[in-house]
Amino acid sequence: MGKQLREIYGEILKEVGATNNDIVVLDADVSGSTKSAIFGKAYPDRFYNCGISEYTMVGMAAGLAKMGKIPFVNTFAVFISTIGLLGARNFMSYSGLNVKYMGAYGGLSDAYDGATHHALEDIANMRALPDVDVLVPSDAASTAFIVNEAIARKQPMYIRLSRDAMPDCHPEGAVFEYGKGMIVREGTDVTLIGCGIMVSKSMEAAELLAKEGISARVVDMFSIKPLDEELIEKCAKETGAIVTAEEHNVIGGLGSAVSEAVVKTFPVPVEKVGVMDTHAESASYKDLFAKYHLNAEDIAAAAKKAIARK
Amino acid sequence: MTDEKKKELEALCLEFRKCLIETLHSIQTGHPGGSLSVCEILTTLYFSEANISPENIDDPNRDKIILCKGHAAPMLYLNLAKKGFFPMEEMKTLRQLNSRLQGHPCSKETPGVEASTGPLGAGYPMAVGVALADRMDGRDSYTYAILGDGELNEGVVWETALNVNKWKPDHLITIVDWNKVQLDGTTDQIMPIGDLAGKFAAFGYNVIECDGHDVAALSDAIAQAKAAKGVPSVILAHTVKGKGVSFMEGKNAWHGAPIDDASYEKAMEELGGAQ
Repeated sequence: MGKQLREIYGEILKEVGATNNDIVVLDADVSGSTKSAIFGKAYPDRFYNCGISEYTMVGMAAGLAKMGKIPFVNTFAVFISTIGLLGARNFMSYSGLNVKYMGAYGGLSDAYDGATHHALEDIANMRALPDVDVLVPSDAASTAFIVNEAIARKQPMYIRLSRDAMPDCHPEGAVFEYGKGMIVREGTDVTLIGCGIMVSKSMEAAELLAKEGISARVVDMFSIKPLDEELIEKCAKETGAIVTAEEHNVIGGLGSAVSEAVVKTFPVPVEKVGVMDTHAESASYKDLFAKYHLNAEDIAAAAKKAIARK
Repeated sequence: MTDEKKKELEALCLEFRKCLIETLHSIQTGHPGGSLSVCEILTTLYFSEANISPENIDDPNRDKIILCKGHAAPMLYLNLAKKGFFPMEEMKTLRQLNSRLQGHPCSKETPGVEASTGPLGAGYPMAVGVALADRMDGRDSYTYAILGDGELNEGVVWETALNVNKWKPDHLITIVDWNKVQLDGTTDQIMPIGDLAGKFAAFGYNVIECDGHDVAALSDAIAQAKAAKGVPSVILAHTVKGKGVSFMEGKNAWHGAPIDDASYEKAMEELGGAQ
């Protein structure tokens, strides 16, 4: 198990913040959880703890961005993608301001806090906003890549992090490309396209399928917007069936994005693994994955269903 | 303020009022009431107090004006056009297809527009962010945030006020266009604001009150705000919704009603005829 993604994020900000004075960080009284406090401790003059006032925080970030700063705005994914949605629409999308929304505790990762603290619609909300990029890192290496891109690119972004550590799913020295998905395992019978923790779950599923003689390709689609439609088309053509796996409502997220691309380019059966348009509940992260069918076994079952529909 | 400057600004305000009525009558859409109440506030800023022009618009050291009450866009556009950001002729395209002049201000499209506003309240924290960035980078410029009194119903305004008290950006000058009328009725009917001066004072502001239709009084209020060091100021500018057109004054019906021909004729007569 690697490091927590939020810790990696906090440390990169601190490291780059030493030389890049334009980086400013805002938080809404959860900096200990989001790890934005790592930056705040190092550079208190460029850190704004706005209290529990998310709407105000995102507006302040817009003003800072207008004047050339690179604001990273932090709170739980559920709050930034709901309370922060008007700000995202008005300032990031409509005005094109260079603000980065950092959604800590994506998906079900704030498990015990219950449905009020789960983020299962954040990708759908943010993906519908024109000109806002949506990124979901899957492990330590992809987090480092995405955070560095966020600093370097003058582009409004929503980045979904997770509370927990995630297993590494990219080999050391993996070279990522912005806006492109990445094949992390080759296969010919079906393609499993995941984001976030669901990439490593898909890797596990591919192992299970291999035992049954099914060859599954696995793609890390860490960039949900822009979406790598070319890669999706290639996978559709080469494997003839697709499974999407996301820690999100099956409406509006990765599964929807991939389906939209598939019907546009090379229609093949698509099965979606995700939370089935419902709210979850308080429990351990592990128990939630089992109850809401987000485990490798569920992905493998969906793969067989997709293959049968070929 | 010299008498000469005062006369110049008053003449501009009259011109803007006439252009506003002509424009909104010709396009049969737009918000007359709040545009008329904020007329002196915007005009005093653009033509006397704030250092903004098409020549210095890309210079971060200039002042910034954020019209949080975005529905008063027509009055903002009239000021910007007169400043030379775009031709006055373009006012005819307001709210029409392919125009740069959107129903509510759009910073991406319209020269001189600082912020996309319209969702009430959202512009205020943005103004705070601008003022904080200026302070961080050691700029001496001022940021003016203009809010409507109906806008004060929004919770984000008071969240922002808490943040203003925390961060104390003393080069942020908040101006409330206190016209006492909102869309559905008077503020007393819709959402009583109570002791507004007391409320802002309790949030830590230096509170200044003035006649929001007296350009000299506005100028003095801004000077007082600048003189208060280490504490952000709010200017409560007492205004009249629909100011300058008798039958629109104090009437919520004129918040966003199209101007019919008879009302147009009457309004233009009161304002002293066409340009």
